[in-house]
Amino acid sequence: MNEATRRIALRINGEQRSLTGSGVERLSTVLREEFELKGTKIGCEAGDCGACTVLVDGEPVCACLVAVGQVEGAAIVTIEGVAAGTKSGARLLDAFHAAGAAQCGACTPGMIISAAALLDATPRPSDPEIDTALAGVLCRCTGYAKIFDAVHLAAADGAASADTGHGFVGERVARLDGRAKVEGREAFGADSIPRDALYLRAIRSPHHRARFLFGDLAAFRAGNPGVARILTADDIPGRNLHGVIPPFADQPVFAVGETRFKGEAIAAIIGARAAIDALDLSEFPVTWEAMPPALTIDEALSTDASLLHTTRTGNILVHGHVEKGDVTATQTPGLVSVDGEFETGFVEHAYIEPEAGFARRIGDRIEIAACTQAPYMDRDDVAAILGIAPEDVRIIPTAVGGGFGSKLDLSVQPYIAVAAWTMDHPVAMIYSRPESIATTTKRHPSRISSRISAGRDGKLAAIDFAADFNTGAYASWGPTVANRVPVHASGPYFVPNYRARTRAIHTNCAPSGAFRGFGVPQMAIAQEQLLDALAAQLEMDPLELRILNALAGDTPTATGQLLGEGIAFRQCLEALREPWRTARSEADAFNANARGPARRGVGVAGMWYGCGNTSLPNPSKIRIGLKPDGRFALHQGAVDIGQGSNTVITQIAASALGIGIEYFDLIGGDTDLTPDCGKTSASRQTFVTGRAAEAAARALRTVILRLANVSDVAEIKLDGARIEIVDKGRRHAIELSALRPDNYGYLLTAEESFDPPTTPLDAKGQGSPYALYGFGAHMAEIEVDIRLGTVKVRNIVAAHDVGRAINPTLLEGQIEGGVLQGLGLALMEEFHPGRGENLHDYLIPTIGDAPAIRTILIETPNAIGPFGAKGIGEQALIPTAPAIFNAIRHATGVVIHRAPATPDRLLAAIRRQQGG
Amino acid sequence: MLHRPQSTAEALDLLAMEGATIIAGGTDIFPAHVDRPPPKRLVDISRIPGLRGIRREGRALRIGAATTWTDIARADLPSAFDMLRQGAREIGAVQIQNRATIGGNLCNASPAADGVPPLLALDAQVELVSPRGARVLALDEFLIGNRRTARASNEIMTAILLRDDFVTARSTFRKLGARRHLVISIVMVAALLDIDSNNHVQTARIAVGAASAVARRLDGLEQRLVGARADNAIGDIVSTEDFGSLSPIDDLRATAAYRREAAAELVRRALVELTSARHE
Repeated sequence: MNEATRRIALRINGEQRSLTGSGVERLSTVLREEFELKGTKIGCEAGDCGACTVLVDGEPVCACLVAVGQVEGAAIVTIEGVAAGTKSGARLLDAFHAAGAAQCGACTPGMIISAAALLDATPRPSDPEIDTALAGVLCRCTGYAKIFDAVHLAAADGAASADTGHGFVGERVARLDGRAKVEGREAFGADSIPRDALYLRAIRSPHHRARFLFGDLAAFRAGNPGVARILTADDIPGRNLHGVIPPFADQPVFAVGETRFKGEAIAAIIGARAAIDALDLSEFPVTWEAMPPALTIDEALSTDASLLHTTRTGNILVHGHVEKGDVTATQTPGLVSVDGEFETGFVEHAYIEPEAGFARRIGDRIEIAACTQAPYMDRDDVAAILGIAPEDVRIIPTAVGGGFGSKLDLSVQPYIAVAAWTMDHPVAMIYSRPESIATTTKRHPSRISSRISAGRDGKLAAIDFAADFNTGAYASWGPTVANRVPVHASGPYFVPNYRARTRAIHTNCAPSGAFRGFGVPQMAIAQEQLLDALAAQLEMDPLELRILNALAGDTPTATGQLLGEGIAFRQCLEALREPWRTARSEADAFNANARGPARRGVGVAGMWYGCGNTSLPNPSKIRIGLKPDGRFALHQGAVDIGQGSNTVITQIAASALGIGIEYFDLIGGDTDLTPDCGKTSASRQTFVTGRAAEAAARALRTVILRLANVSDVAEIKLDGARIEIVDKGRRHAIELSALRPDNYGYLLTAEESFDPPTTPLDAKGQGSPYALYGFGAHMAEIEVDIRLGTVKVRNIVAAHDVGRAINPTLLEGQIEGGVLQGLGLALMEEFHPGRGENLHDYLIPTIGDAPAIRTILIETPNAIGPFGAKGIGEQALIPTAPAIFNAIRHATGVVIHRAPATPDRLLAAIRRQQGG
Repeated sequence: MLHRPQSTAEALDLLAMEGATIIAGGTDIFPAHVDRPPPKRLVDISRIPGLRGIRREGRALRIGAATTWTDIARADLPSAFDMLRQGAREIGAVQIQNRATIGGNLCNASPAADGVPPLLALDAQVELVSPRGARVLALDEFLIGNRRTARASNEIMTAILLRDDFVTARSTFRKLGARRHLVISIVMVAALLDIDSNNHVQTARIAVGAASAVARRLDGLEQRLVGARADNAIGDIVSTEDFGSLSPIDDLRATAAYRREAAAELVRRALVELTSARHE
């Protein structure tokens, strides 16, 4: 013990504990690292997110803002002790689980601790009291609706006990991994790092674009004995390149000679955690020569702009194009046309869990346990970086504390892989919040120009759409955005003449990638506002205009695809008719009598979204095995990032097999154990992996029934020793001991794949790019303060064509969460490269910003999805922002040409509208 | 090393050591050290007896510098101090209010410090103690710029001193941010009106924050309000010239022009609220 440390006594969850330290350490770090209380999550270390909330003498505080020496002798309660240490804790755990209030689970411990402090002091809180008590904890998944419900449920002591029923398709099963999430036992990327692991920190560019020269690295290492190793591009055993779309792979692990965006890594240092954390990275020996960056689309397109990648002429990564009919039809006399230009900014995913994980070398293989949305893609890219075979890389996905698209791309993985491989020692990396915001992918900023024409009868005649997307320094998912948007820019409407052109343009910004919707939300902001402009020109009701043009199974899409059965967009719109008419007339009456600054508005927007990859294969494979203990092993590789695939896929398998979910044991997406279910992306897991699960379960059922040679309607029962099959009143028993284990160790195994049937798009973008589309429409009721430019979203009604609701609670959770992300996109969220790399400058909605959300699930099953189900993840977000903007237009007459509509922008627009 | 002195004298001795930094609530120190280790030597003044809590001293209030915003929000204070209690509830969220202190809010001297406008409007003074003794400064002398104060490196803020001259005065605080909670203010306003029995304004105090390097009192407006009828038309007295002393900037949160306009609107609303509250 050196003189600066001493023994510090703490009372944690009722127990006396002590540590040796200087007392300045953050309480959050001490709880996690000294006492292994990993339920306290670290999201920002700045008091911005509240994930690390603990009770100190009964009061909630952010443990990241407390020096441990300051709470010597105080009583500390963490999530691990909340059930015993508070009056309301046990009830809250039950209620959060029952209500579906935990999705990814990263905010859940902080949320429950905050709620326990509230309920212990105020057993029957009012809505505003709940708001105030939980306002300090950010949640990015739930839209807060079910959190709110859970607190009320706990206050009423009304949490239902265990689930009843079999958990089949259609049942509101509490998520299978939910109990671990509410109790803080779920292990995220930073939660399973071995104690002996070394830690890695990246040396990153402070400039948007710069040349650099290393100084004396050996001297730096000699002068900093805590640094065990420095890594640069020279240390990469394989190729210094990765990318989520292999033909476009262009991103180096470590930049060579020049960096292309602020935060790009050039080197890494590895050492014991305390030593590495204590380093001032600005002392790393490197000389930077800042160069003029291109940060905007215009700067990147200008003739004197440098090329970010020499092979990509004009800094254009890719063009997208879909065309049918004759778009010059917009000039036809008798048509009414509207046009407009719209811009959106960078949007940050802002999941509560920053990227984290560790790697270790096992002989000539590497294992990586990290948060990810795409284990097999990680495997293949890491293999190339290390120069080894993909089979020699094992990806063990940890629980994921939110992803929303960004955790599809590699983050910590290449660094820890190269370090663990070369040092033959476990190496971990945990992104700080600024590092996460500065360097991971963003939603593409867009600049859209569009023209929509219709006949006097309101029938759409033509759409001519063009969009440029700022795709940042590397390809990431830029090609996907550029190709998906032209397919979708008609909206869910029939239009005979159509042209959509897109470009993804490189700039010196962090890569733009996948973010819930792949460009479709930006497109919808433009197109759905133009539809309202068109309705105004035609003097038609905006909802009726959409109903009139709603795409149906027998009207071709912009790519000429006929969707056939199970298209319920029109029903979504019709479901809004009643609330729409009521809300519109109430808002009009309110405004007619308005004397103060408040004006109310009601807006609607429609949505469609193709599930799965655009015209590209994206198979999933599911394996189910009957284990010798008489239970089923479900190899479920669809990474659950909070959306609920662990539960939904199990429900599908259970229904198809005819055995309750309680007989299933989940095996996760470990690439050594579980077949490839592809990426958790493109709203494809319920659909594609679900369909594979349905097929595998049906196949296994067939195998089982064949053992008894009975009909397909037979009932299967299990008792641990035998399978009992009841068919037409006759019982057949198959002793498990009579079955021999196969290579997997299973008595019976079924494995099935599914790949959605699509066709390539031709030169004009015609074809069938998706096998299945989700549809929906949102109605937003808002109130604008016309003298401050602020907007309060009061209510959202969300109608979604989900095909078949596998689990209504989880669907509602997706929709509520999507709505709130859409609200953030509309009103407050914009990342400015190089600035505000934290969660107090980058704002996401709090519980106080959440509107009341009513979900209407429309079930019109189709033959393609499992039990007729469709995806929901992205569908949920797309219509919210344009519905809010159309409501602002209804309230004020203002069109939002630049998202987000921050108070200053909106007030300026209102002033212009007023001619001021 | 974290030191927990039990007296101001002990704290001053510790503060004299190389690299010593004062900590109380920690809500500014730790966020400033996200990607680097916290300061090696912290002097925690939050447990010094007398530094936390609100004490009445005749017609004055003495708020210990280490008093938390939760303490203030829960305190039983006269209506003239409503704006201070309302401001306390707008500083971060409950997790922050439970730790953050009034003295820390002033010493951190953020232009957007929610505690400053109410305290300026209350003509607060701050007490600073150094090895050479105590001195008292008016708050507007203490705050000298964006994150700059008159505190010498060997001084500790021990208290905020407020006069309680108003029996009948009411006050209010209005904060505007881009979201409902846990948000750095775009602009905020603290206003106090003392209205006489003839329904005329006797005293007016108005301060605007986040629209200049240091929150500002609107002296001209305050003077013009004196003698005005306290009714719904009071907002009409507010003119754009009243905000000439502000120097707002464009930043991530809003444009300068917006801040100016929003400040005027918030002042009008605060005044109307204070006059209508009287008639309730």
